Amino acid sequence: MNTRASVQPRAGHLFAPNSASRVRRNGAYWLQAWLPKLVLAPSVAAALFFVYGFMLWTFVLSLTNSRMLPSYEFVGFAQYARLLSNDRWLVASTNLVIFGALFIAICLAIGIVLAILLDQRIRHEGAIRTIYLYPMALSFIVTGVAWKWILNPGLGIQQVVRDWGWESFTFDWLVNPDMAVYTLVIAGVWQASGFVMALFLAGLRAVDDSIIKAAQLDGASLPRIYWRVVLPCLRPVLFSAVMILAHIAIKSFDLVVALTGGGPGYASDLPATFMYDFSFSRSQIGMGAASAMMMLAGVLAIIVPYLYSELRSRDRG
Amino acid sequence: MSALEIRNVRKDFGRTRVLREVSLSIDSGEFLILVGPSGCGKSTLMNAIAGLEPVTDGSILIGNEEVTWRTPAERDIAMVFQSYALYPSMTVRQNIAFGLEMRKVPKAEREATVERVAKLLQITPLLDRKPSQLSGGQRQRVAMGRAIARQPTVYLFDEPLSNLDAKLRVEMRTEIKKLHQTLGTTIVYVTHDQIEAMTLADRIAVMREGRLLQLGTPDEVYNDPVDMFVASFMGSPSMNFIPAQLVRDEHGISLAIGAASDPYRLPFPAARTTPDLDAWVGRRVVLGLRPEHISERTPWGEEDANTHPLTTEVTVAEPTGADILLRVRLGEDEVNARVSPKQNVTPGDRLPLQVDMARAVLFDPERETRIA
Ligand SMILES: Nc1ncnc2c1ncn2[C@@H]1O[C@H](COP(=O)(O)OP(=O)(O)O)[C@@H](O)[C@H]1O
Ligand SMILES: [Mg+2]
Repeated sequence: MNTRASVQPRAGHLFAPNSASRVRRNGAYWLQAWLPKLVLAPSVAAALFFVYGFMLWTFVLSLTNSRMLPSYEFVGFAQYARLLSNDRWLVASTNLVIFGALFIAICLAIGIVLAILLDQRIRHEGAIRTIYLYPMALSFIVTGVAWKWILNPGLGIQQVVRDWGWESFTFDWLVNPDMAVYTLVIAGVWQASGFVMALFLAGLRAVDDSIIKAAQLDGASLPRIYWRVVLPCLRPVLFSAVMILAHIAIKSFDLVVALTGGGPGYASDLPATFMYDFSFSRSQIGMGAASAMMMLAGVLAIIVPYLYSELRSRDRG
Repeated sequence: MSALEIRNVRKDFGRTRVLREVSLSIDSGEFLILVGPSGCGKSTLMNAIAGLEPVTDGSILIGNEEVTWRTPAERDIAMVFQSYALYPSMTVRQNIAFGLEMRKVPKAEREATVERVAKLLQITPLLDRKPSQLSGGQRQRVAMGRAIARQPTVYLFDEPLSNLDAKLRVEMRTEIKKLHQTLGTTIVYVTHDQIEAMTLADRIAVMREGRLLQLGTPDEVYNDPVDMFVASFMGSPSMNFIPAQLVRDEHGISLAIGAASDPYRLPFPAARTTPDLDAWVGRRVVLGLRPEHISERTPWGEEDANTHPLTTEVTVAEPTGADILLRVRLGEDEVNARVSPKQNVTPGDRLPLQVDMARAVLFDPERETRIA
């Protein structure tokens, strides 16, 4: 295409200044430059519409008094005021903070420790890695149901230990309103920590061996080598891991539905289940939309500063 | 006093034998260079000295103390790696101070050491940068600074300059030499660059397939190689190996090169003939001649008893600037010669040359060992 385009002007010049060929040439250039954009355009448009369009629409709805069906009677920020004075919303947001913080912290801790252990070139590493990574392949629904059975006081761990003869053993977090949210943490960690391990293992393997040798010669103990020398090299991995875990935590909806159903009562509700419940079961679309906007604001509040500081420090190298 | 002694060290990785009975001893303040082809076990030997890999057998002494089973930290050794191995998340200052910090040196002393080392290596302006903000040569300096800061008994350098470009390599080579002279440190240094080896070393150790073949001064290794491998490994272009027949004639012992009917004869220096050599008369040997020993005729060459004329055809001429490398016919083969750039040479010419036999060496063609 290029060669032909570069030959043509000379041919045109030889015979007669031919405006038709110039137009055709420009057309070819235009097509070459714009074809990729044209091909991408529908999906970009769809993404803009379905993501940002609906975000905007949700925001608009959050300012109305919509109940079962969307209405466009604007009531200002009244829905937000109602939301913030709603006890169930407060429980859901507190739960999210507890669940998110513990889920991310424990996943990181377990994942990093497992990765470091596996990095010691133990035998059967491939098999062990697969076993730990396997839960990530399951849907949260499956994880939730499985743990629902395991944690069920009448069927799971509690019953098993009692059958072994420890009659007074109690492990009833699933049905205990104060503890139900921690069962979400257990199941979530079980599912995601293997994935964090895989991320960090890949990162550890990429660290130059001679750095570790140099640190050994400098007299650092193995824990110190990891803490002071190796793990700081893995900041980008930590960044990705936190991003992925935070986003899993915030959108955890299926896990709650399958494991606790938000109960007992609404003790283990998360904002996502709250939003779903209010928008679609309790005909409070306006308030549901307001809660959705609050979740978005929460995500942005966490991610934007982190992204900013991380990208800035990377620029500075 | 020997700073480092290695006694019969063996190292196997599973069934592969990487080091086989290596023994050597290095005096305090000595600069020892370890050379050998890739995969011959140089890095493995360095790791064994550093304690990063346990040895299979044998013992290692540092400063006359047995350290074979001590950890790297307990050995009082610093190492500079080919990849520099700087800690990426720390500044240059922290990199240099890390070893001192791990050894619980007080903060004030640490800072003073960092300043002193930085000044010595001229990296003071770089102290607050991260390794990723440094050029290759600067990283190299920091890596050396980290080693110097701890003032260990022995320094190990594993191909420290091989990631630098040619010009920087020459500069750093000089700098390392200076540093060795000012600090009087004991250094074991691995390289596969034989110019580095010749210029830096007090002694050179040549290794092959896990064995130490020769340990000697650069002059000994270059002029008095123990076998054909060492002879070919040192020097560029490498030594000419010329098939020849050892004969006895009116000059004493001579080498007959080329066709049996009309050989070119080179008398072997009478002073260097040994009784053992008599056993080889009438047998085939390999004559080793360095390219610089085949050169243009000189006035002193006419007088010298060990220098013999050779007029032969030039097939290739490669000017290098400082001299011209030639391929010339000798007997049935071609050999490398080195002549002054003042010579006017065109391939195809017959050129009057001279052969200096004073440093010629003879090898057993089968076992490749030295005869004379
Ligand atoms: N950890 C290891 N496991 C198995 N073989 C190894 C290991 N390290 C080195 N080797 C083998 O030992 C030989 C020498 O390696 P090395 O000491 O790195 O050579 P070099 O002289 O190039 O530095 C090589 O053949 C290499 O394959
Ligand atoms: Mg090596």
